[in-house]
Amino acid sequence: MSAILMPKPDERVLARRDTIIAGLAALLPPEALITSEDERRAYETDALTAYRQMPLAVVLPQTTAQVAAILAFLNAEGVKVVARGAGTSLAGGALPTADAVVLGVSKMNRVLNVDIPNRTIRVEAGVTNLGVSAAVQHLGFFYAPDPSSQLACTIAGNIGMNSGGAHCLKYGVTTNNVLGVKMVMIDGTIVEIGGEALDAAGLDLLGLIVGSEGQIGVVTEATLRILPLAEGARPMLMGFQSAEACGACVAAIIGSGIIPVAIEYMDRPAIRVCEAFAHAGYPLDVEALLIIEVEGSEEEIADLISRITAIAAEFNPSTLKVSQSEAESAAIWKGRKSAFGAMGRIADYMCMDGTIPTGQLPRVLTGIADICNGYGLEVANIFHAGDGNLHPLVLFNANKPGELEKAEAAGADILKLCVEVGGCLTGEHGVGVEKRELMVHQFNTIDLDQQMRIKTALDPQWLLNPHKVFPLEGRPV
Amino acid sequence: MTSILLPDSEAELEAIIAEAAATASPIAIHGGGSRDIGRPVQAARVLSTQAMTGVTLYEPHELVLSARAGTPLAEIEALLDQNRQRLAFEPIDYRPLLGTHGQPTIGGVTASNASGPRRIQAGAARDHLIGIRATTGRGETIKSGGRVMKNVTGYDFVKLLAGSWGTLGVLTEVTYKLLPKAETETTLVFEGLDDIRAVEAMTTALGTPFEITGAAHLPGTPSQTLLRFEGFANSCEYRTARLRELLAAFGDAEAVRDGASADLWRAIRDAGPLDAGEDEVVWRISVKPTDGPAVAARLHAELGARYFFDWSGGLVWATITGPTDGGAASVRSLMAALGGHATMIRAPHGLRASIAAFQPEAPAVKAITRSIRESFDPAGVLNPGRMG
Repeated sequence: MSAILMPKPDERVLARRDTIIAGLAALLPPEALITSEDERRAYETDALTAYRQMPLAVVLPQTTAQVAAILAFLNAEGVKVVARGAGTSLAGGALPTADAVVLGVSKMNRVLNVDIPNRTIRVEAGVTNLGVSAAVQHLGFFYAPDPSSQLACTIAGNIGMNSGGAHCLKYGVTTNNVLGVKMVMIDGTIVEIGGEALDAAGLDLLGLIVGSEGQIGVVTEATLRILPLAEGARPMLMGFQSAEACGACVAAIIGSGIIPVAIEYMDRPAIRVCEAFAHAGYPLDVEALLIIEVEGSEEEIADLISRITAIAAEFNPSTLKVSQSEAESAAIWKGRKSAFGAMGRIADYMCMDGTIPTGQLPRVLTGIADICNGYGLEVANIFHAGDGNLHPLVLFNANKPGELEKAEAAGADILKLCVEVGGCLTGEHGVGVEKRELMVHQFNTIDLDQQMRIKTALDPQWLLNPHKVFPLEGRPV
Repeated sequence: MTSILLPDSEAELEAIIAEAAATASPIAIHGGGSRDIGRPVQAARVLSTQAMTGVTLYEPHELVLSARAGTPLAEIEALLDQNRQRLAFEPIDYRPLLGTHGQPTIGGVTASNASGPRRIQAGAARDHLIGIRATTGRGETIKSGGRVMKNVTGYDFVKLLAGSWGTLGVLTEVTYKLLPKAETETTLVFEGLDDIRAVEAMTTALGTPFEITGAAHLPGTPSQTLLRFEGFANSCEYRTARLRELLAAFGDAEAVRDGASADLWRAIRDAGPLDAGEDEVVWRISVKPTDGPAVAARLHAELGARYFFDWSGGLVWATITGPTDGGAASVRSLMAALGGHATMIRAPHGLRASIAAFQPEAPAVKAITRSIRESFDPAGVLNPGRMG
């Protein structure tokens, strides 16, 4: 029995399942509607695999018009809709309920237009994050947000969760890189927000839509900013004997006026697991490891690396190694980007996602260790050090009764600690179901009520991904 | 006689707005009063944030600053300067263009989502704003975001409030992320390019990895096309040299450095090159960069507009004299054909009262905007009508 409760499914909807499916079948080609139990099973969970629920049905529309027809129909029927990209949410953002229809955008995966002079790309929302970069790489461009799941995750999901990644220290997260969207509201109305210009008219609706976790509408197309690829990039590794020295070094680098494209932090347990998986050449005899990446021409890279090396010297790094080849660079990043997968080989884990003021790092790392010790659990920390976004992986054994609950409780304590030191519950994964009940620790009733009023204003019946983001208690619907 | 309300705390502000909502008496919201843009608000009372001042948090090593909304921008910039840091979005100072005299406040910068030439590389205020507190039309103070760089907890009211021109809530405190000040800056100036060639040169430059932080074109005799580079001296040197090679087909470029370069961009930021006369209506038109020359050519041919380009062609500043609607019909029909949007930044009071300054929204979008506004300000007392 898990700690996060989902509400009882609406019996009236379950009883009408055949009618609802018949209604959907009338709107869609046969291959776009999934009803059999076997096929629905693929949609019963996302990357928060501890939670599963078979949805009422799954629809995989291929056009915005089909999405509009589906939503108008389900709105009229009072049926819940869970929009889904690739199902890589670590927060349960795409977890369905038994009385909900899953609307997957994976078949809407065309690149519609590439505009190099204006540096934009228009895609359907089911295109993968890496697919966007792949579509413009031969032209010397890329799409900046780079979540670890970028091979699979979709632009739809990135927009839903306002996804980040290791390189957003310099280039920003999804919300800084989206210029326009086509979106379908719950009543089937199709709206265009923004476009190819750098700013849009009126209220910043785009800002509201990005990160609204599929609760405001279903995004079917997006115009994204693409950026020219740097001439070159090079990661370096720096190992320290204490978290304090490592944290102080990061502060000194940033304080000196250098903003590297990425500064990633791993603690000893994370280093061991990632090294065993990727053979990246990570030092095993350090307490904390930084991967710092700089970019530019050969001369600029050499200059930045020498500046960073000089600054780091004050903090006595026990290892300092600059990548000497493309292969070495790839291995360094492979280790970091496969950290979650690598960890999954040795244990079950809960991946946390709080953000803290960077100066609080040593205090918070000590706090995390104490919390996990208290529950008798191991923890490994991976951290976007430049922006304070922490990913503690709380390890547990799912086959051992009670361990999942302990891991969840430890995770909740860690996130409360993040809020306590001036940070937040989630930096880039989203609230989903996972952190829904923790929202009261970051927001008071006035804050939450105003957010929920927006939900009610734009989806009066609360049909779009309803059991997420806000605590179940105190809802208007 | 308009009375001015000067709350010095959130509690006082909440009480004023709650009373205004209860009696349905609209309030005009001001910061320093330097950016009087949009439809003039019909309200018996003005509320200013000028008594809510002071930097409440500044952590140079964490690149973060919080200040109460009425804090003068100049005070914040002077403080950041001491640590060689800055607000990277280069907010426009509207005073020269609008002939206003107040002190721009950080709240006003935020409520107008101010930006400047560096928008092409660094974004606008909304891209650097990480936390807000605001008192809504319900007389309740909400918070969103916080003081950390990455935060997706709950709906992003930080973005929504940025650029809402005081129509959703009165900002009481804002938190920004900061960036280090560049060690040096250099501007390459190409002369004699026509608008279309200039936009070609600028968009080509922005498609290279050489990190251009300003791209403007000033028509004239001769015309000037400006590309700005910022960073460590040797990096700027390298990048300007590479750009000169790549843009050789556009002619030789003169390099303008440091203080002289900064002066050029300050003028461009504040729409100085327009040198707008007192009777001229000023439009700020945002389109995709390659549409810039066509927009300018049409407005020039139809209405004799004078103009210049920022954002590599994506921002057209234009002055129009003559038509009784200030050129609105022509500008709006162009926007309908091309996409993009236009704001009437400066116009005589009567014209501002009768013509929507902001781009009218499509009906479906307008419905969304209306329901959002009603949820924040059900009695419609905060700057009613200002955004149209």
